[in-house]
Amino acid sequence: MDLQQRLSSNPLLVIARIRETGIILVILLLVLAVSLRSPSFLTLSNFRDILLNISILIIVALAQTMVILTKSIDLSVGSMIGLTAMMVSFIIKQYPEFSPLAAILLGMAVGSVLGLFNGLIIAYGEVPPIIATLGTLSIYRGMIFLYSGGTWINAFEMSKSFKLLAKGTILGVPHLVYIAFGVAVLVYFLLNHTRLGRNIYAIGSNPDAAQFVGIPKKHIIFAVYLLSGIACGLAGVLWASRFESAQTNTALGFELQTVAASVVGGVSISGGVGTVPGVLLGALLLGIIQNALTMIRISPFWQLAIQGLLILLAVVVDNLISREMQRSVRQWNR
Amino acid sequence: MGEYLFELREITKRFAGVEVLHKVSFNLRPGEVHALLGENGAGKSTLIKIMTGVYQPDEGAIILDGREVRFSNARESQLAGIAAIYQEPSLFPDLDVAENIFVGRHPLKAGGRVDWHRIYREAESLLTSLGMQLNLKRKARDLSIAEQQMVEIARAFSINARILIMDEPTSSLTLNEVAELFCLVRRLRDEGTAVVFISHRLEELFEIADRVTVLRDGYFVDTKPVKDVTREELIRLMVGRKVSSMFPKQEVQPGNVVLKVEGLTRDGVFKDISFELRKGEILGLAGLVGAGRTEVARAIFGIDPPASGRIFIDGKEVRITSPRQAIALGLAYVPEDRQTHGLVTPMNLISNITLPLVGRFSHFGWLDQRAEINFALSMARQMEVRAHSLWQRARELSGGNQQKIVLAKWLATRPRILILDEPTRGIDVGTKAAVHELMSRLAGEGMAILMISSELPEILGMSDRIIVMREGRITAQLGREEATQEKILHYATQSLEEEVTR
Repeated sequence: MDLQQRLSSNPLLVIARIRETGIILVILLLVLAVSLRSPSFLTLSNFRDILLNISILIIVALAQTMVILTKSIDLSVGSMIGLTAMMVSFIIKQYPEFSPLAAILLGMAVGSVLGLFNGLIIAYGEVPPIIATLGTLSIYRGMIFLYSGGTWINAFEMSKSFKLLAKGTILGVPHLVYIAFGVAVLVYFLLNHTRLGRNIYAIGSNPDAAQFVGIPKKHIIFAVYLLSGIACGLAGVLWASRFESAQTNTALGFELQTVAASVVGGVSISGGVGTVPGVLLGALLLGIIQNALTMIRISPFWQLAIQGLLILLAVVVDNLISREMQRSVRQWNR
Repeated sequence: MGEYLFELREITKRFAGVEVLHKVSFNLRPGEVHALLGENGAGKSTLIKIMTGVYQPDEGAIILDGREVRFSNARESQLAGIAAIYQEPSLFPDLDVAENIFVGRHPLKAGGRVDWHRIYREAESLLTSLGMQLNLKRKARDLSIAEQQMVEIARAFSINARILIMDEPTSSLTLNEVAELFCLVRRLRDEGTAVVFISHRLEELFEIADRVTVLRDGYFVDTKPVKDVTREELIRLMVGRKVSSMFPKQEVQPGNVVLKVEGLTRDGVFKDISFELRKGEILGLAGLVGAGRTEVARAIFGIDPPASGRIFIDGKEVRITSPRQAIALGLAYVPEDRQTHGLVTPMNLISNITLPLVGRFSHFGWLDQRAEINFALSMARQMEVRAHSLWQRARELSGGNQQKIVLAKWLATRPRILILDEPTRGIDVGTKAAVHELMSRLAGEGMAILMISSELPEILGMSDRIIVMREGRITAQLGREEATQEKILHYATQSLEEEVTR
């Protein structure tokens, strides 16, 4: 029996090989079940709603994925989004003529500064990522209060063009969805077709060996945090536009969702494993669950619990798979 | 000074204030194989990492082509034509074979895109030219150790290095693979590549090396042409004292049968394994890598219980389904892979030594630290562990000293049956002799020892009896007097030869 056969004879390993199809299957089952109970679920407009809802999640989850691939984590994404949203909204309030495109660039600039700080202390200061970003999570959130003095920016204080930035449509599809799709294509290209991307996988896969082959590990860790900051900056502007407000608790706890989408989509917390299509499906699954729970009128408190449960489930499945994998490889090699 | 391609002059390196290299010099001519020899902890690996720019020297000069150079990372040394195969596995388990060869320097197309076509094309032709057969799309984690080694070699060759450094490249290869590797090395040497070669198998040095440099405890000892030295002289240079006899197995009158195995089978792994092990006896388990020896040991120790077959201890049939049970029955198993199975590397030496016995030092849940420390100290002394202190972390020790700690840990459980899997693999001559002496003493005290080893001199020198395995079956049982290197090889490879002649 050759290794290929050996691997395919074990159901767990089959799931591992085709992680994406596994998620698709779960999604289909879920869609079927919910649409039986609620006919308005399976409609084009609801589907558009779901896509609109997960677009920002996709942008940030992909950034989070790049970080996780290097064996790190960025817990400060929610705070970075909130801070950018607040700063950009203040500008929009003061200068209603400010062009939406300029707002996006401004947001990305703000985000890059925040990400740069994360990158500096983690890559060059060698602070463990979980501690460093837990720290900046609080710092950036605190800065939102300092910056805004605790006030909100509401819909009526924003220009129409800014509000249309996210929700305006082309061919019936919201801009936001196009942007998320664009980001996905960019990240896919970066991860699969650039040296930076391949080095990201290499570092997560074997950090010591990365040093032996001369991969500039620190620069790359720095780069993923910088990219995460830029993505959060973009997401912050889109968030303000989409929800037509900026509040002190904007995107509070959003890091949980980004990690959930990545991990459910097959990104390994121990680094080196994960794909863009997987993360897209992970985000889609989360979006559908959230939407479905609302449709069949389940309390939003349950939504959080279910999200947590999904993360645990994904990690448990991952562990089982890697254990099986190691066992069959060992048996094969001996 | 035009004679030398590459020179290290009076290199000194300190880690956290501790000097690990003291004014070490080393030079390399084009087209020579220069062996670097020394016990573990002598500073070979550090010296190599200085050559490749992974570490930077604190003092001294590196001279390449007559010009002084400084490498601040491995990439810079690669660009200068220096490639290395490290002792530690340095593949990327989640990347495929082809990418592992080019990782860190992916060829690019115009516009900065990774040129995947070129990666697969060049990997293919490289492997073909090296005579290796591997599926380029297989992930490194799915490869066997020998296959992983092949990929590392291919990676080093792909750089087109003028200087190739090989740190124990043969430790996990079979005899055939070693022969193939040596062919490659000779070919490169004849083309003008300078090769730095490290191995603990002295026979290999005599076979392949032109010159040899010996290090001891971080000091340069001597550089000599290989044809002017003898094996004994090299060992003396390395150890700094004469190693009286490499294999001091005492004659012991074996006692009662303590372990008996009957018809042990696991499908596709090993079949119908039966043998007896007596009190005071060392039973050698010989065979090629992959013959199923480790699997049998793991089965007996309850890690992967066998599908069928019976195990008797002191004549009573037992069912062992977990290592915990095995320990309770008086068994101990020292695995081959110290790093992953033998040690808790981030913990200090005390905890590592007393790990299986913490219960002995705790009173109502409180740990009697003084007793624990004293016990660890006495074990470490007994094993002659070389460390700065007992509070040093296990991962900071050299391979030989790690092996001593693993042994200390298991001996502390006072087992009656000891299974040793490649007890001296990758450790230096001095430690090796110490381990052999210890084994002999333990057997003399009545311990029954099952020793798996791929080194024939070790098998022949240490065993009272020898079992040879091939492809999961026992092919021969030999007494100490009748066993020879040729016989063992014959039984270990028999079927392969038959297949070739058929």
